[in-house]
Amino acid sequence: MLGLKKKDATLLLIVIGLTMFAPFILNPFPDGSAMAQFNAGYPDLMQRFVIFGIFAIGFNILFGLTGYLSFGHAAFLGIGSYSAVWMFKLLSMNVIPAILLAMVMSGLFALLIGFISLRRSGIYFSILTLAFAQMMFALAYSVLTPITGGETGLQLALDDPRVLGASQTAGGNIPVPGLFGMEMRNSFDLAISSWVFTFNVGYYFCALILIAAFYLAIRIFRSPFGMMLRAIKSNQTRLNYTGLNPRPYTLAAFVISGMYAGLAGGLMASMDPLAGAERMFWTASGEVVLMTILGGAGTLIGPVLGAGMIKYMENIISKINSDILHSWFAFLPDGLEDFIVAIVYPFIGKGWHLTLGIIFMLVVIFLPGGLVEGGQRIAKWLKRGKTEDTKPGKSTEPAE
Amino acid sequence: MAILEVKDVGKRFGGLQALSDVQLSVKENSVHAIIGPNGAGKSTLLNCLVGKLIPDTGSVMFDGQSVLGRSPHEINQMGISRVFQTPEIFGDLSVMENMMIPCFARRDGAFRMHAIEDMMSEKDIVEKAEAMLEDMNMADKREMHAASMSRGDKRRLEIGMCLAQEPRLLLLDEPTAGMARADTNNTIDLLKQISDERDITIAIIEHDMHVVFSLANRITVLAQGTPLVEDNPENIRGNPKVREAYLGEAG
Amino acid sequence: MDAIILQILNGLDKGSAYALIALGLTLIFGTLGVVNFAHGALFMIGAFCAVTLSRIISFSHEVIDETRTDFLGNPLKVDVPYIYDWFGEATGAAIIDWSVPLSILFAIPIMIAVGVIMERGLIKHFYKRPHADQILVTFGLAIVLQEIIKYYYGANPIPTPAPEAFKGSFDFGAMIGFAENTIIYPYWRLVYFMFAALIIGAVFAFLQFTTFGMVVRAGMADRETVGLLGINIDKRFTIMFGIAAAVAGLAGVMYVPINPPNYHMGMDFLVLSFVVVVVGGMGSLPGAVLAGFLLGILESFASMRQVIDLIPGINQIIIYLVAIIILLTRPRGLMGRKGVMED
Repeated sequence: MLGLKKKDATLLLIVIGLTMFAPFILNPFPDGSAMAQFNAGYPDLMQRFVIFGIFAIGFNILFGLTGYLSFGHAAFLGIGSYSAVWMFKLLSMNVIPAILLAMVMSGLFALLIGFISLRRSGIYFSILTLAFAQMMFALAYSVLTPITGGETGLQLALDDPRVLGASQTAGGNIPVPGLFGMEMRNSFDLAISSWVFTFNVGYYFCALILIAAFYLAIRIFRSPFGMMLRAIKSNQTRLNYTGLNPRPYTLAAFVISGMYAGLAGGLMASMDPLAGAERMFWTASGEVVLMTILGGAGTLIGPVLGAGMIKYMENIISKINSDILHSWFAFLPDGLEDFIVAIVYPFIGKGWHLTLGIIFMLVVIFLPGGLVEGGQRIAKWLKRGKTEDTKPGKSTEPAE
Repeated sequence: MAILEVKDVGKRFGGLQALSDVQLSVKENSVHAIIGPNGAGKSTLLNCLVGKLIPDTGSVMFDGQSVLGRSPHEINQMGISRVFQTPEIFGDLSVMENMMIPCFARRDGAFRMHAIEDMMSEKDIVEKAEAMLEDMNMADKREMHAASMSRGDKRRLEIGMCLAQEPRLLLLDEPTAGMARADTNNTIDLLKQISDERDITIAIIEHDMHVVFSLANRITVLAQGTPLVEDNPENIRGNPKVREAYLGEAG
Repeated sequence: MDAIILQILNGLDKGSAYALIALGLTLIFGTLGVVNFAHGALFMIGAFCAVTLSRIISFSHEVIDETRTDFLGNPLKVDVPYIYDWFGEATGAAIIDWSVPLSILFAIPIMIAVGVIMERGLIKHFYKRPHADQILVTFGLAIVLQEIIKYYYGANPIPTPAPEAFKGSFDFGAMIGFAENTIIYPYWRLVYFMFAALIIGAVFAFLQFTTFGMVVRAGMADRETVGLLGINIDKRFTIMFGIAAAVAGLAGVMYVPINPPNYHMGMDFLVLSFVVVVVGGMGSLPGAVLAGFLLGILESFASMRQVIDLIPGINQIIIYLVAIIILLTRPRGLMGRKGVMED
């Protein structure tokens, strides 16, 4: 299908299925039930799932394939957001030009930063990217305020020119981003008995782009270019003595992954037209590293899973409070109930970062291949349990 | 005709004169061995040939062009391939992919993206890589993870990868170091076969006299950073100066 | 001239903190070959040792003071720290006042213990893993440590003052012959600088003049050979990790009066300290110290009104800018050795 091998095509179909039916999949519990707080099927969160999925897919093209660990990728996310908002301010509220400019601008910055940073490798590369991103963050926060909005962030205003659109709507409001008349924030609710499923224009727009981004990532992974990138990670000396200069390949990978980040930033601004410098802070760069590692660096589906998992935890676990915990463990004797709640409490609510840190450490220590490797191990274990006698000597296949 | 011409090369590391006044002339289609005791400067000389080090003085001409000041990948594109002491292969890639990379490098020369095509759809590359694996007797290991192979197989793959670049000069840095006797003999046979069947010049740095005298038709003896003598194997064997400097030391 | 001296002085305290953290980072990197992203967390834990001690010694019980009344006319209830009961009011008050310097004694064993547990429990298993894995696992550890602190101490900065004797400032300019009130410098910052100089001197003396230090230095230069000599280098490296943790912790303890500690101060300093290490040259102890002070002072110069007017925003980016320039022109940093971390 589409020039893909069966295994990759299956993966693509899984991603298409997951994204298209996400409003159902993420809302498994009826509205108003005790479990409803685990529902993640509201537009805002679903949009973040796919946007960060795109961000992580792009980061993985750099880190997963070449092994160059960038600690400054959030800078491109921020540039994408700023560019998109400027497009909304100056041109029109159509998201297409906004996203295109976001990608072009982040690509240009990636070209510049990559050209300089890629002169060094290993930890030096990480520090250089970190330094560039922190510099851009600091500038966006202070002297570049006319362009970035500084501390308050860049917002739309009623007197923006919007030469191809209207500065104001008929009602005197700031117009909202849309795609040829379809407003991104529009939603349609489908109620089936006590379940409510929300279908949001913005979400589906992002989801389609995620599918395209994912498809492109598969093609890159399976292409000669992808092979060269893996060769760079594996042995740069041999590559040099094979007559190839690794630099243009790594730079190309850096620019591509920067453009993915810019795309994600542009989409973020398209869903909610404002951009702030905190999007470029180094913790935001750390977050995409976490997502990619957690899901499985160097695998295709891993970053998407990692992004989904972290964003789910951020939004769902952080909402659990001690009252909810008490209601869950109410069936236990009072003393035991309090005891268990006291143990669990540090890991939920505001403590979700602690849970995240612990899970991340466990993954790095025991599952360097991330969730994907975990899945593969479980699958292998199940298979072994089923067939009893296994063929020995089968070499491990590279993760997809 | 000499394909590689080294003239008056000197290299100093701090207080150590690693190479001084080195002359070396490697004839086309010969198998030229460079021998010498430890610390004689063999590896330094090799690194000067491939662009890893830049000599302080002298010139290195390959096929009439200077290699000095060029980076390793440029020198490689001129037609010099190098086999390392410990096999340098792409351990995380499959054997087939290992072989495809030099084929791409040979065909495309410098950087070309190919980011969308499926790599297996590049028929000419796939065929060439398969043929080379066949030549190296490694067709059955095609899908193997390169890092999981034996040392002998890694060496064989590395030599195959170098040949896939269709070099005019193949440099080998102690290719049998640390190998079992059987693997060493296999490697000798392989190199003999390469030198007989292909239009290729081989320059080899080697410690093992068995390997040197089974392969070389020309030998340069290096001692304390400077060439002692250059001659054919028979004369080298009988040369008292060489015995003193090298063979005597070896017992 | 006085303005220049003032900026140098202003840069010293931050520079001291950078230098101390970078020194520990370099010790760990040089001895164990591990890139420790959790080192900032050790700095932060040190700071919270000071907070903890000042809380412990201020534990109070309520006493009814018959001599005074509250606004309703009832006898006033006052909190009296237990420490007053044990040592008398004067000594007790002095102990509370001096809680931050006292925390040094409290923090040293804790920090060494934390360091040793970290090394034995986690870092040890990562010696042979790629640097990227080391960065990632210590990054995870840093998140966990700071979240634990946040859970117990909350997210807000906790002001913990310096002893009364060191509060306020003095006129440094008048002391060295400038006009009065040109160079005003807070006492505690001077204390911090001298403390940092003392620690740095102690670490260097320890490495230079003790057999232990000699073995460690040899191990930094060539680990395998030292191992071959039959010296149990691993055990010494564990102790070294403990010492590096203690250095970071002490830097944190004494920094508390300058900036009230919060749970993310470690991360804030870590990013800059890494830049410092890289600028100084990975694996070079003098380089780390030099770069720490240099960047601290540069940062303070860049914050001068005249400089900001000339190049807006320069104070925000100067450290990163210097780091980028140094990395590109002197790839091994100011004093780095060849071949460290280059693959």
